[in-house]
Amino acid sequence: MRYALLVQGAPYSHQAAHSALRFASALIDRGHRLETVFFYHDGVYNAQRLATPPQDEPHLIEAWQRLHHEQGTALLVCVAAALKRGVIDERESRRHDKQGHSLAAAFELTGVGQLVEAAMTHDRLVTFSP
Amino acid sequence: MNNEDSSTAMLVVLRHAPHGSSWLREGLDVALVGAAFGQTVNLLFLGEGVQALMKDQQKGPLGQKGTHPTLDMLAMYDIDTLLVDADSLAQRGLTEADLQLPVTLITTSQLPFLFTQYAPVFNF
Repeated sequence: MRYALLVQGAPYSHQAAHSALRFASALIDRGHRLETVFFYHDGVYNAQRLATPPQDEPHLIEAWQRLHHEQGTALLVCVAAALKRGVIDERESRRHDKQGHSLAAAFELTGVGQLVEAAMTHDRLVTFSP
Repeated sequence: MNNEDSSTAMLVVLRHAPHGSSWLREGLDVALVGAAFGQTVNLLFLGEGVQALMKDQQKGPLGQKGTHPTLDMLAMYDIDTLLVDADSLAQRGLTEADLQLPVTLITTSQLPFLFTQYAPVFNF
């Protein structure tokens, strides 16, 4: 089956992102496809380029990026939820005259429309919230 | 969703009160965008979420925009089925007369079946 995940918990604050990643690897092990992960609410912090967890903790941002590189999973971040929380890509940074950008590679800013679209075009949408 | 489900309505469950967090606002945003994408959208106000519908709300004192103007816009988006859990309302000492919009009351025992009637279900 084609899966989409909705992640709404910030990494290292709540279990949501950990659980979503474990669910992702379980469904892939069973032969399903994880096509899309949509980050909304505080879940947008999963896309922070500068996140630097201690070395003895799982690096959640890199785990998402691995999913993208190995499975082709699209990592979609709600632009409205992201910008007000300081998660911003180079283009938006220029547009708003900010110094620097904070969106990690492999993640892309997009609209909530993509979440609705994912719910309609995938076989399953599973939500992970704090 | 599979094609046979394409006529199914989308349900947005709102379980948080205004002002204290952004859950309600961001949940309503998903409802509006779903409607803009041509989906039939129903809302379910559950638990603290019923407070979103209380009359005479204003902006939050800490600069929060509030959600009451968004509720007034729902009809423009053809979102007119507002389901409210009657127990959640009663537990907070509220009645339908306290709400800013007409709603459909449901009982808690109807919830399990209700959730099976929608796809997708978004929970905020």
